[in-house]
Amino acid sequence: MSASEDQPLYAPHEPIFPRRVKGKFRTLKWWILAITLGIYYITPFLRWDRGPNLPDQAVLIDMAGRRFYFFWIEIWPHEFYFVAGLLIMAGLGLFLFTSALGRVWCGYTCPQTVWTDLFILVERWIEGDRNARVRLWKADWDARKIRLRVTKWIVWLLISIATGGAWVFYFADAPTLAVTLVTFEAPFIAYSTIGVLTATTFIFGGFMREQVCIYMCPWPRIQAAMMDDDTLTVAYRDWRGEPRGKDNLRRAKAAAATAENAETITAQAGPGAARYKATPYPNKPLNTPAPTPHLNADGIGDCIDCMACVNVCPMGIDIRDGQQMECITCALCIDACDEVMEKIGKDRGLIDYLALSDEGREREGKAPRPIWQHVFRLRTMVYTAIWSLVGIGLVWALFVRSDISLTVEPVRNPQFVTLSDGSVRNTYTLRIRNLTGEDREFRVLLDSDDILRIGVEESSGIPNHVIVPANETLSVRTYVTARPQDPASTRDRTDLSLWVEDVLTDERAGEDTVFNGKGS
Amino acid sequence: MSDNLHHDEVTGVDTTGHDWDGIKELNNPLPRWWLWCFYITIVWGILYTIAYPAWPLVQGATAGVLGFSTRAEVAVDIAAVEAQNAEVSAQLASADLSTLAVTDPAHQYGVAGGAAVFRANCSQCHGSGAAGVQAAGYPNLLDDAWLWGGSLEAIEYTVRHGIRNEQDFDARWSEMPAYEEVFTAEEIAATAEYVLSLSGSDHDAAAAAVGMEIFAGECSSCHGDAGMGDPELGAPNLTDAIWLYGGSRDKIIETITYSRFGVMPAWGQRLSEAEIKAVTLYVHQLGGGE
Repeated sequence: MSASEDQPLYAPHEPIFPRRVKGKFRTLKWWILAITLGIYYITPFLRWDRGPNLPDQAVLIDMAGRRFYFFWIEIWPHEFYFVAGLLIMAGLGLFLFTSALGRVWCGYTCPQTVWTDLFILVERWIEGDRNARVRLWKADWDARKIRLRVTKWIVWLLISIATGGAWVFYFADAPTLAVTLVTFEAPFIAYSTIGVLTATTFIFGGFMREQVCIYMCPWPRIQAAMMDDDTLTVAYRDWRGEPRGKDNLRRAKAAAATAENAETITAQAGPGAARYKATPYPNKPLNTPAPTPHLNADGIGDCIDCMACVNVCPMGIDIRDGQQMECITCALCIDACDEVMEKIGKDRGLIDYLALSDEGREREGKAPRPIWQHVFRLRTMVYTAIWSLVGIGLVWALFVRSDISLTVEPVRNPQFVTLSDGSVRNTYTLRIRNLTGEDREFRVLLDSDDILRIGVEESSGIPNHVIVPANETLSVRTYVTARPQDPASTRDRTDLSLWVEDVLTDERAGEDTVFNGKGS
Repeated sequence: MSDNLHHDEVTGVDTTGHDWDGIKELNNPLPRWWLWCFYITIVWGILYTIAYPAWPLVQGATAGVLGFSTRAEVAVDIAAVEAQNAEVSAQLASADLSTLAVTDPAHQYGVAGGAAVFRANCSQCHGSGAAGVQAAGYPNLLDDAWLWGGSLEAIEYTVRHGIRNEQDFDARWSEMPAYEEVFTAEEIAATAEYVLSLSGSDHDAAAAAVGMEIFAGECSSCHGDAGMGDPELGAPNLTDAIWLYGGSRDKIIETITYSRFGVMPAWGQRLSEAEIKAVTLYVHQLGGGE
């Protein structure tokens, strides 16, 4: 008990000061950052002409009108399965990419990563690179520190406000809302939403950063279920890098000085020499095969322990400790290490995208399998197949959906009404949806093998004709009657279908239902 | 390392010191901010139970220092909705229903609001679907047969004054005598046969001929010579297919023998003017209105 009382109650906060890095993955991440943020900020202002009576905003979630507009697609509440389908596709897509490329979502496109990247960029512009920031962090609060900090916070805040501000534009006409926001005439909900999103962006991007990924996000804990030995993740080739050491730098330079010299050393060493000591990494897998010799002739690994990979890591971890929950596979350590390897004249890829199955092969001195063999495997195929099926289903549903639709709700309280002449009457509520931008006139029709009569309430002058206003749903009560001499009046149930037919285009929509008679 | 019993060699992390069959729990403490958020929620929870109704007592619960109650909140919401509807409600209250256009907002408000009034006040007898209780004396309001008339005016009068209501001088009042002591059982049975014949049901023609004379003498004053009834008197049409108390031979004999008396509250004494008109509009548009 006494020992446990000595243990800390809180994990110490370790500030992280990611160093600037250049390389192909960093460039790719800048592009993704620019494109994703560009899409986010610009989309609400794109226009799309849908004709009269309809909004001209390309992407609009109209909560009050219960419509979702996406370019040429308009989703009504009864078509919410499209949204469900898209969410399923998003989920399966995430599974697919995770099983193929590990936490590629986390490292490249997660909003937390993208905005944190942007915030770190701002931080570096204002406060300088890693070393300057470490110094500033340690420094006392003087005028310079206050000035730099306040400047940084103001820029962060402006980005945060823009983030929250862009969000609300998706829910109302963006140009109009932009004006009313500035003139303080916008609805309260707009301001409160901007306020909340500004606060979360500012805090998550500026201060919480990796803490969000480690402590708040459930995704890192689920992802392992989608990964296997063939998943490409960022990994350190410890069989090539170890034993590491500062001293290696000098030796490596010497080795690279003359190719001849290097060849001699390689020849002398030969394969199989036991030059490795197992390094005591805390997180090293227990089933790691015994280290086998590598190209390093003089018994020294390629890793010069320059800490570049640690210094650039936005999560503050050491990738050389192996796969860790904290690693978002942003690949910045790959860029950092490659830069160093190039400088000291070694092969790139000491830290690289690597599959666990290749680790074993490489340790045995075999070549890694090509990437496509890792990516195209049963698991990814299955994910792709399901993803595609959902996608094809959605596209199919999109093409076959009609711009009119009919729902028939039979009134079942009571099931039927006996009229004074002995007729039996059933009542149905017809919900006729007109998904077009123009008023449409429909005739309501009844189709049955039996003799039944139809009467529509609230007809438009002509019996059984109704006018459904543009972009609306009309509810009309419809009576179906069987006279006493008609079999349907005494039968228990009679099948029928009700239809609406556009008087101009003859376009139809219908639904089967049942007529309840008195029964026997 | 090894001298610390509570250190896990593999992970390099301390354990909590607890040991369950050799399984130890790693002690990975949370960051300070995370735990502080947790502490704040605890404090918040305690403050919440002080501010709002929370702790159950033997009777009721603590009221909370803020004096909040969901009932009061609902009352405020209802008052707000009523204030919002005050104008259209006043329009409806002063409207003449027979000339009120279907497209008038007051009409639409009346039908929608009348449905609520109906469910709260009328559905106990007439049923939530307004179908009454078949053959048990609670009229079906969906069909085209009306004891007291199915026009808006007639329905409004019935709703306002009720039926056989002693508290309202203007209530509808039907008086069918009980013929138990007036006629013999045979005569009543013969009258029933005639009544059956009026609606084309199976009947004994010979008995009906006898019953026709009794009907002409006793019943036709209210039900009419042809048995068509009279909505002014609340006398039902005996020639149609609708029987408020059942159209079987036994039921008709029972009706003639003991009479029938339907009752209905005078809603004018309980509902507001707008509510009466609203429920009138609602009932009228159910499918049987004249």
